[in-house]
Amino acid sequence: MVTLWFCLFWGTLAMFVVSGGTDIGVGILHFLVGRTEQERRQIIRSIDQVWKPNEVWLIVIGGMMFLAFPALLAESLSGFYLAIMLVLWLLIGRGMGIDLRDRIVDPMWSQFWDVVFWLSSILLAVCLGAALGNFVRGVPLDETGGVFFEAFWTNFRLGPDTGILDWFTILVGITAVIALTHHGALWLSHFTDGPVQQRSARLADRLWLVLVIALGVCVLLSTIFQPQVRINLASHPWGVILLLVAGAALVRCKSLRRRGRTLQAYIASGLSLYAVVICTAFGLYPYVLPARNPEYGLTAFKAAAPSESLELALCWWIPAALLVACYFAYVYSKMPSKFPLDAEE
Amino acid sequence: MDPAAVMNRLQFAVTIIYHYIFPQITMGLTLLIFLLKTKVLVSGDETANWAVRFWGKILGVTFAMGVVTGIPMEFQFGTNWSRFSAIAGGVIGQTLAMEGMFAFFLESAFIYLLLYGEKRLGQFGHWMASLLVFVGSWLSGYFIVCTNAWMQHPVAYRIMPDHRIALTSLSGLLNNPWAIIQFLHVAIGTVITGSFLMACLASYYLLRDRHEDVARKCLALSVVVGFIACCAAAMPTGDLSSKQVYKYQPAGFAAMEGHFHTDDGAGMVILGQPNMQTMTLDNPITIPHVLSFLTHQRWNAQVIGLTDFPPDERPDFVPPLYYAYHIMVGLGTIFITIMGLSILFLLLGKLRQQRWLLWALLLAVPLPFIANTAGWVTAELGRQPWIIYQIMRTSDAYSQNVSTGNIWFTLLGFLGLYLFLAFVYFFLIVGIIGAGPESATPTIAQPVEMR
Repeated sequence: MVTLWFCLFWGTLAMFVVSGGTDIGVGILHFLVGRTEQERRQIIRSIDQVWKPNEVWLIVIGGMMFLAFPALLAESLSGFYLAIMLVLWLLIGRGMGIDLRDRIVDPMWSQFWDVVFWLSSILLAVCLGAALGNFVRGVPLDETGGVFFEAFWTNFRLGPDTGILDWFTILVGITAVIALTHHGALWLSHFTDGPVQQRSARLADRLWLVLVIALGVCVLLSTIFQPQVRINLASHPWGVILLLVAGAALVRCKSLRRRGRTLQAYIASGLSLYAVVICTAFGLYPYVLPARNPEYGLTAFKAAAPSESLELALCWWIPAALLVACYFAYVYSKMPSKFPLDAEE
Repeated sequence: MDPAAVMNRLQFAVTIIYHYIFPQITMGLTLLIFLLKTKVLVSGDETANWAVRFWGKILGVTFAMGVVTGIPMEFQFGTNWSRFSAIAGGVIGQTLAMEGMFAFFLESAFIYLLLYGEKRLGQFGHWMASLLVFVGSWLSGYFIVCTNAWMQHPVAYRIMPDHRIALTSLSGLLNNPWAIIQFLHVAIGTVITGSFLMACLASYYLLRDRHEDVARKCLALSVVVGFIACCAAAMPTGDLSSKQVYKYQPAGFAAMEGHFHTDDGAGMVILGQPNMQTMTLDNPITIPHVLSFLTHQRWNAQVIGLTDFPPDERPDFVPPLYYAYHIMVGLGTIFITIMGLSILFLLLGKLRQQRWLLWALLLAVPLPFIANTAGWVTAELGRQPWIIYQIMRTSDAYSQNVSTGNIWFTLLGFLGLYLFLAFVYFFLIVGIIGAGPESATPTIAQPVEMR
């Protein structure tokens, strides 16, 4: 039961990375591919309909962590207190940016929210990437029991006294920026037309190689820094398949892009991101919050809620997930296939 | 009291009070918009449709504010209240996760279609969207109240040997009798806010002789719905709420009523200042025997006073609790009066001419927000010193690994950010009000090409 919830949790997390990540990527690209007011409005329009449901995944992740792994929620959120608060403020900024930008037609007004939207998107990508990096690297838990507190940064080294940001987590953060930008560019290259589409497509092509290299380096470093990855790979060699799926999806994404099949390329990129997140889960199992010293890491079994709670939760979670699938199918089916530059205003 | 606990409580209080400004508008307005849209569907009333679009704009901005200020709430359980979360996650994590899965996806998926999808969906589809957003926002309210109700009155749980709390029954959690009464009271409170907001803007337009048709329609609807809601807030839901507080949280009840000493035939305090040094009420104005009657239906029944509870089981902020409760009740009485007069003139067909009453409706708009907030303050302070009533103390619940310096940092950050958001919100709302209903176009900025 605990393992099942471990999978559901990471599966949901990956859903957020794929769907919410698109909107973050689009935000990072906002200035890069949107040069004029009209183009920027087109960019916002392309995610306006879906970004709220996409972001709900994040809230659901919080809820699922709360119900399935309360100790994980308690230790990680309080331990990463400052970073979490920063992420919350960034989410506020980004949401306001998307939602308020076009409520008043005024150049100063939209310029202001454009910057808020772009800046909070890029910082969100760094933060979420760095958060993932922290989970892979492990946090300073010790024998005194399950609490830790990480400052934003200490000396940027991976010593015993790490901060949230060290060179490894910053690297993962940058990789996240690249991956989400690539993902967002593929979204824009499908759902927009005109100059925005051309720029996005060109950017996606250029970013691809950088992304492959950055992901490769991160995977390699994770295997070095997190001993559990090696243990799991040794005991369950089939885990390599997950990594291969991610790699194959990325390669496929490139070839689909080249043939101009933009939607399939976007989906392939989503699949590769999903697989990367699942790889991470595979590498960390059974830890939900690994420690710098493996002895004190928090395992899923230790963090899990009482088994009755987990069983009861499953009773409503499965039908709820089906319902959510219906909403998403409906919302995405109501999406136009293109958001043209010169839409009627 | 532990200063760290106070800091954590302060931050939660500030962020939740600010957040709750927006959901109460959303919950109230989605009901009213749904009613207006139903009118459109039933009678093809185009004026009502203009009203729907106008209120949709206000709902849009408000909803956005509610979303962004709401996300920090869920995460603060983990950041600031980690010891509580670790123990109770198996229970209250359920309702919070349900809120995400059942309510937020529904709301967020259909709010866009409600706001911008009228042309694409057609009238029936648009009505459906208004219904789903209404259901979503009220469901979300129910899950949150259910979470709070479990902390007020824990049910369907079992305490494990390691102190964690396991849920034993889903239906027990969702049918918590406390939750049902509390939800009705809370939801009706939001309808009061929505009605007063609608009545306020309608009165404003009428006093200025602008947008006559839409304003009259909105005024009539808001006065009818508002009057029903104001009465229902007192009787039966307010009455049932205070009876249940008396039954399950007698110390909190005594504190909120300002009832210090056990008494046969206790009077109900109307005014007076609690004096915590002497444990008496200064300058009291009381109605004799009424408190006994309201709690026991007997004029001479005994009501236990605050001083008969051990000090460590009394709420720790008695005066704010006492005032919050009395402000809520006092304002509730004023609401019944204003809405009662309004509906009287409405039925006589003379409401439009009563400029003084329109002025009253216009100026009354902040009051429901104060009353709703005061009600929640009553509930939350009244539960103290417990975070989970009789199970876990608030002073044992906050995150010990987060220093008060860090909480100061984030509290000040929230204050600054929220102040800025408040300016933006008022700026936008004033803009929408200035533009008026007639400027609300049926749809904006939508691509024509369909899949």
